[in-house]
Amino acid sequence: MSSKIKDWLRQDRLPHIYCTGCGNGTVINCTLSAVTQMGWEIDDTVFVSGIGCSSRASGYISTDSLHTTHGRALAFATGVKMAKPELNVVVFTGDGDLSAIGGNHFIHACRRNIDMTVICINNMIYGMTGGQGSPCTPEGKYSTTTPYGAHEPAFDLAELAAAAGANYSARWTAYHVKQLSDAIKTGLEKPGLSFIESITQCPTSYGRRNKLRTASDMLEYMRTNALLLSKKRRMEEIGEEIPAERFTVGEFVNRNKPAMGVPK
Amino acid sequence: MQGNYACAEGALAAGCDFFGGYPITPSTEVAEQMALRLPKMERTFIQMEDEIASISAVIGASWTGARAMTATSGPGFSLMMENLGYAVMTETPLVVVNIQRGGPSTGQPTMSAQGDMMQCRYGSHGDYSIIALTPSTVQEMFDLTVKAFNLADRFRCPVFLMSDETIGHMREKITIPDSVEIIPRKPLKEGMLPFEPEEDGVPGFPEFGKGYRTHVTGLTHDTRGYPDATDCTVHADLVQRLRDKIESKKEEIADFDLVNTSAEIVFVTYGPATRTVRQLMKERDDILIGHLNMRMVWPFPDHALAEFANAKVFIVPEMNLGQIAGEVKKNTNVPVLSVPKIGGEMHTPDELMKAMEEYL
Repeated sequence: MSSKIKDWLRQDRLPHIYCTGCGNGTVINCTLSAVTQMGWEIDDTVFVSGIGCSSRASGYISTDSLHTTHGRALAFATGVKMAKPELNVVVFTGDGDLSAIGGNHFIHACRRNIDMTVICINNMIYGMTGGQGSPCTPEGKYSTTTPYGAHEPAFDLAELAAAAGANYSARWTAYHVKQLSDAIKTGLEKPGLSFIESITQCPTSYGRRNKLRTASDMLEYMRTNALLLSKKRRMEEIGEEIPAERFTVGEFVNRNKPAMGVPK
Repeated sequence: MQGNYACAEGALAAGCDFFGGYPITPSTEVAEQMALRLPKMERTFIQMEDEIASISAVIGASWTGARAMTATSGPGFSLMMENLGYAVMTETPLVVVNIQRGGPSTGQPTMSAQGDMMQCRYGSHGDYSIIALTPSTVQEMFDLTVKAFNLADRFRCPVFLMSDETIGHMREKITIPDSVEIIPRKPLKEGMLPFEPEEDGVPGFPEFGKGYRTHVTGLTHDTRGYPDATDCTVHADLVQRLRDKIESKKEEIADFDLVNTSAEIVFVTYGPATRTVRQLMKERDDILIGHLNMRMVWPFPDHALAEFANAKVFIVPEMNLGQIAGEVKKNTNVPVLSVPKIGGEMHTPDELMKAMEEYL
């Protein structure tokens, strides 16, 4: 039975709690677009999330869903998938949730290459607690806990997932809606762990402290600074300097190593 | 059979489908036995990356309807605390085995203790109640593990098997029955909401993948499971119910032995000290000594204390500095003598005799 995106939303939970201009809705929309293209049944699918703005997404989706503890979404999801492999498991997580407190679970879920799709909404900040720095806050950028500019380098989550053993890893942004939906769909189709990172605007907590006060400022920032992975590699080959502001997008790995939790 | 193996065998007999764990002395043999046995039964064993991941995976598995368990010891148990609160709040049935060792911190990995009794009751934040079983023989390791699964499913809550290195590593003959009683989780009734209590205060269970489309959150939630974290009444009603669904049934589910209820000197024990008291009673063949042996310490069976109408003293030997002695004091007007012992060895009959003579 084919379903529509609105069938996958808990209408009785709307309106949502997201701030004006937030990009989470875009990522949820891209995800549900990919899910409906898959022809999955609502009752066979489980959404799991951790804590934070991104992780409220599971509550707006009309499947069985687990809104868990901070950083632990992947460990909960591992239990769901290993106990009942026939369920489709999709995880929503944020950059703080996944890469700080959840960092160890992230690399081990990738190492196990467990059959699930992990969508990381990377707004480069802790949004829900009011805009503190995360491990993905770019160097030099401002937050409530980096008032003089972040002095630690940011994680490259898509590279990390690929290195740790995931079958699929891609990064796009909330500006690249088509590419993001396609990457999520590829992830859903792929046995093993698929990791899709979306750089997403948070004008409220991140943008206003970093001279990107509106959603459109932030989307423009993504459009301007996203650098295709293939182009970056060509630039590196010819020794062309890559400006610090630019970040890579594209497919970091797409392979078919043996995976755990694939239904028999 | 070794106590830890008996625990694993009890879990398998009870239909444990899923074990997620991380090795830690002195509980490791539980995981090892599950690693050996579960795959052959086409059930799931997974060694997670740490104890937090283990309890997370167990909670996830439980929502698919699996009877799920983990086993650990002190430091691992401490790590699990946040998610144990999550399991309480989300009414997730699961079994946590704690083979206690000396603490605080890394303490004495290979030695025995009962220092986590208060942590299991109060270790996570917020108000709640739990069920904790305390075996004193290898046979009880088997029997009480089975019981733990049944209680977890009946009350939709985490149930703890609070054993210790002494019983975990002890070898005794046990009888494994051909089959054990299994009390299944009651499914969510048609027309009822996933967190709407039935008459006994416990909601039916909306297993994932069965079409209930349940949202599960550790946030304060309404009977639909939807977050409602700022309404005082919703929070008060939910947390009160989570506590009451267990506390109101404590007389019914309590598990203890009463010996010589007319005695004036009464030992109150759980775990290894039970064995020492039994030895003492063999050696001193008189009816001076009464004995309350608790196989379930939480919820605390205060009504059992009242059975000893002539009690002049309750003597509480335990392998900590008096955690449950304090609970006994809270629940009686009779004097309570705590006989603490830490360091890793169980009480000797002489030590208990001395404590008794101190009173006499």
